[in-house]
Amino acid sequence: MSVRLAITALAIGLALVFPFIAPNDYYLSVMALVYVNALAALGLNLTAGYTGQLNLAHGGFVAIGAYTVGLLTVDYGTPFWIAFALSGVVAAGLGFFVGLLSLRLKGHYFAIFTLCVGSVITLLIEKWDSLTHGVVGVIGIPAPPGLGPIRFDTSIGQYYLVLAFLLLGLFVMRRIVDSLVGRTFVAIRNSEDLAEALGIDLMRNKILAFVISTFYAGVSGALYAGYVRFLGPDIAGVSRTFDLLSASVLGGLGTLTGPVVGTIIVAWLTQYLQFLQDYRMVVFGPLLILALILFPRGIVGSLELWAARRKAMAEPRAPQAAPLAGASENA
Amino acid sequence: MLDVQGLNKAFGGLRAVRDIDASFERGKITAIIGPNGAGKTTFFNLVAGAIRPTSGRILLKGEEMTGLRADLIARRGVARTFQTTALFDHASVLDNLIVGHRLRTRSGFWDALIGSGRLAAEERECRRKAEEALDFVGLSHIGNRLAADVSQDERKRIAFALALTTEPELLLADEPAGGVNPDETNGLAALMRKIVATGVTLILIEHKMRMVMELADKIIVLDHGEKIADGTPQDIRSHQRVIDAYLGADHAAAH
Repeated sequence: MSVRLAITALAIGLALVFPFIAPNDYYLSVMALVYVNALAALGLNLTAGYTGQLNLAHGGFVAIGAYTVGLLTVDYGTPFWIAFALSGVVAAGLGFFVGLLSLRLKGHYFAIFTLCVGSVITLLIEKWDSLTHGVVGVIGIPAPPGLGPIRFDTSIGQYYLVLAFLLLGLFVMRRIVDSLVGRTFVAIRNSEDLAEALGIDLMRNKILAFVISTFYAGVSGALYAGYVRFLGPDIAGVSRTFDLLSASVLGGLGTLTGPVVGTIIVAWLTQYLQFLQDYRMVVFGPLLILALILFPRGIVGSLELWAARRKAMAEPRAPQAAPLAGASENA
Repeated sequence: MLDVQGLNKAFGGLRAVRDIDASFERGKITAIIGPNGAGKTTFFNLVAGAIRPTSGRILLKGEEMTGLRADLIARRGVARTFQTTALFDHASVLDNLIVGHRLRTRSGFWDALIGSGRLAAEERECRRKAEEALDFVGLSHIGNRLAADVSQDERKRIAFALALTTEPELLLADEPAGGVNPDETNGLAALMRKIVATGVTLILIEHKMRMVMELADKIIVLDHGEKIADGTPQDIRSHQRVIDAYLGADHAAAH
């Protein structure tokens, strides 16, 4: 536990001082976008990792959050922070209805259905010109206005803003997954039949996970909109969902920090492979496969398993207990 | 305790369960036996609400529960163990059991978000229940072991512990002694007697006839979805149709 605390403190400390050790603003902007994606990945991980429901429409909900901010601020003059607050609510609200429909399906059928939902969202954004500006995109989204003395229109301000939301997202996620609610989700992933036999309302809990997950997606999208300040329909693309997913798998699906670790590693790896241009996936793909062979449960997942084994081994083992009266006599 | 009237289940043209009438007495052990494909597990699935009957009624303590969802049936006090228990292998045994008492708790998302006192109390209660159940099945010494690292016999006991954390009145055990050696089979039989002694009604599906004959107060024999006999082990052993369909002449002669 103290090891875990030390790692946590170190990671947060590093993230806090990063703007002062980064050589230039470019590093800062890469890292800020990593945090935005990591927040979305946290949400995806709640459904796909903890609850075992592979939602491939997740990128679509990120886009919904982003467009909520983009359209409300640019077309309707809504103050940024009000639009920002609405983004998560709108995404989660839509998530509720999509979940209600799609979660009636199980396993691969659910994944395929949500893949289609993702495509529908992309198409809607692309074709519904009058609302979304279509392929032209939304231009001129305002930067998040400062709160009191804190300003967010500088790269350092933006960096700390998204970092704050990522840390808040992690904090809330930890509360959820460490509680009975999280245990309920894991029970569903583990075996739906068993979970149901234990009195767990499958639909209700799956929808809860889905709504929380899409809320994260929406807030991540809103941060993206405030950071990049331009939106195009490609942000809803299914490939973005798969990017989030592969990063989460690498870091450890179904672990609290795995998606964050995975997103950071993938982002920097892609940065270092930039010089290969279009061929970088030729290197990246095999590296990902190699990592999964070495760490089948992802980096964080494998470390946690190793730690759990060690803890179990350290327990003093009772010498062949025969606690049942009658068991030994019958034998 | 449990009454089943004219229960039918058809999968397309296949009638997996046909017109079964049966009643199960409180605090007794009833065994359901029969050849593979006789409809035993389908019968369990119907009682536990995993599938809906085509026709017929299921009454628990006189109350209608036909067609209720499985989780609601579990809340009414029906627990089950499966032929293979899907444990979460990368968590400890105790962690696997904590969720078992979830159905008796009320905390939800908002409790988790604000870290409510109710949630903390319910989590303590779930942990206590899990420890108690683990102790009851004689496995308190392996609570911290990873579920992946337990033996088959321990896994069967964990399945019972998990069922017990739901505070059942009726327990359906599907092949509780499948795949364990004779010594362990005796141990599991003792465990089932211990469970019934606490007032739980037990129905089990089992192929190990020696165990069934010693353990059961009553036996129901299914074949091709139909009930072909029921009675005490003594009645069943000498029942001609049961001998023909399932036990075989050797078994009857051996006793």
